[in-house]
Amino acid sequence: MSSASPSASVPHDGTDAEARPLTLAEPTILGLPVSFWPRILAPIFVGILVLGLWEFAVRWNEVPSYVLPGPLLVGQTLIADWGTLSASLWITLRITFMALAAAVIVGVALAVLFTQSKWLEMALLPYAVILQVTPIVAIAPLIIIWAGDINLSLLICAWIVAFFPILSNTILGLNSADHNLINFFQLHGATRWQTLRYLKLPAALPYFLAGLKISGGLALIGAVVAEFVAGTGGSESGLAYRILEAGYQLKIPRVFAALLMISLSGIAIFLATSLISHLLLRRWHESALKREN
Amino acid sequence: MDTAYLSTHPAAGQESGVPLVSIRRVSKQFANGTIAVRDVDLDLGTGEFISLLGPSGCGKSTLLRMVAGLGSPSTGTIDWPGAGEDKAERDLGFVFQDPTLMPWANALSNVMLPLTLKHVPKSEAQERAAEMLALVGLKGFETSYPRELSGGMKMRVSIARALVMRPKILLMDEPFAALDEITRHRLNDDLLNLWWRERFTAVFVTHSVFESVYLSQRIVVMAARPGRVMADLDVSAPYPRDELFRTSAEYAHLCRLASGKLKEAIGA
Ligand SMILES: Nc1ncnc2c1ncn2[C@@H]1O[C@H](COP(=O)(O)OP(=O)(O)OP(=O)(O)O)[C@@H](O)[C@H]1O
Ligand SMILES: [Mg+2]
Repeated sequence: MSSASPSASVPHDGTDAEARPLTLAEPTILGLPVSFWPRILAPIFVGILVLGLWEFAVRWNEVPSYVLPGPLLVGQTLIADWGTLSASLWITLRITFMALAAAVIVGVALAVLFTQSKWLEMALLPYAVILQVTPIVAIAPLIIIWAGDINLSLLICAWIVAFFPILSNTILGLNSADHNLINFFQLHGATRWQTLRYLKLPAALPYFLAGLKISGGLALIGAVVAEFVAGTGGSESGLAYRILEAGYQLKIPRVFAALLMISLSGIAIFLATSLISHLLLRRWHESALKREN
Repeated sequence: MDTAYLSTHPAAGQESGVPLVSIRRVSKQFANGTIAVRDVDLDLGTGEFISLLGPSGCGKSTLLRMVAGLGSPSTGTIDWPGAGEDKAERDLGFVFQDPTLMPWANALSNVMLPLTLKHVPKSEAQERAAEMLALVGLKGFETSYPRELSGGMKMRVSIARALVMRPKILLMDEPFAALDEITRHRLNDDLLNLWWRERFTAVFVTHSVFESVYLSQRIVVMAARPGRVMADLDVSAPYPRDELFRTSAEYAHLCRLASGKLKEAIGA
């Protein structure tokens, strides 16, 4: 090869990529690229506009706060009731994350098992689908009866809702490994385990992460819905119970404050999973690459 | 390296001896009834550079994959008299039409793959892979990801990966078909240089008459439906070959000859 001088190692392929593509340094504001800011500012602008209109409408029409509280009142309630609400939020989030963790472990483990054995897949996948299509509201009461412990039941419900996207996406990902690469592994005498570890699992990563993004939100929804059904009270209650309670007492601003917390948690979970996905894929996957054309 | 005085490959002396691979009356019928290859007899001599030339669908890929052990012949045998008894000893390198790299791994890790699979210690594997990358002209690109490399560079990584185990035979299935002509010429030259110094047996599948004449010592012309060997041409021009060869009368003559056989193969 043209390796006469060690420094002249750039192959002259005659293509435009002959020069090593550099990541073009875009100017940044507060550490974020300039082109990224509209993505933050535009939704904030719309949000402020809508909140302003809402506050204005509530005041103009003198809507009573037990029908529709204005955003300022909701904010005040959120601050005033922060003690109870944040404790409940923590309980809901704990169930959400435990359910998500269980969904990841069981989903990935089952997906790997299924790709190792077609028989297992044929035998078990239909049941996973049944779990997925059964409305969680309908089976939550049964689970609460069977599980006995309320926290465990909530966990199971949230898990059922969250685990299917991870399972089906990971199965798809494991089967999406390039056929020629599989042949290449075969040629070099790779064991099943090696093929799994070096080929199928990395190939499945983007799919798994797409599933994780969906499941993160679903786990939260599952936790909240299950608690609605359970309707338990006491010191160990999550946000759903706070909403029910406040609803009975016509403390509508508090309902809104709790709703706001759930929404913000959902958004935070989505952003966190998106960030994880971006960090893991940024070097190689199309979805995370910024194209310059 | 001045090798102009050598007219044949150093390993070519063994041609008269046992072939590395011996293909005997090999046929391949797929499950859907397609007869991809019928009654192919072919010897691949140790150290030879052989091209498989033929129209699309004549079973070149099928034959090459069977030599690699990806899919077995329906009838006939493929033996390796020139290699050890041990099947695992038949190291071979395979280069696909696409680079087929792992997008999540950088160039070095991609080249290391065959070593990793054979449990070669990591530091040694890294060293050997880096050496191989340098040999294909990609020194300095160890940490680049496939996405950051041009088509020609990816193909180089693929070749480095195929050669990192120092195989006895390198099987290539239209490796440069997707590249532009300038890049293809460069890679052809570099491939010839590699072959010259590494002394492996090279089997090169191509559609291109010019490419096959430029590269090989032997051109096996195949015909389609069913896939079979039509002609086995010797190209006796000496190596190293360069642009001068491309413009020589001998080259033109050989191209006419091979192209005539190919026309026959298509017409047949
Ligand atoms: N897995 C398969 N199942 C059924 N038929 C196949 C399969 N693979 C190849 N064939 C058929 O076998 C014949 C030879 O295919 P092959 O890919 O070997 O041709 P080729 O010479 O490599 O063609 P090309 O130059 O286009 O790559 C074709 O008719 C093709 O349709
Ligand atoms: Mg082919």
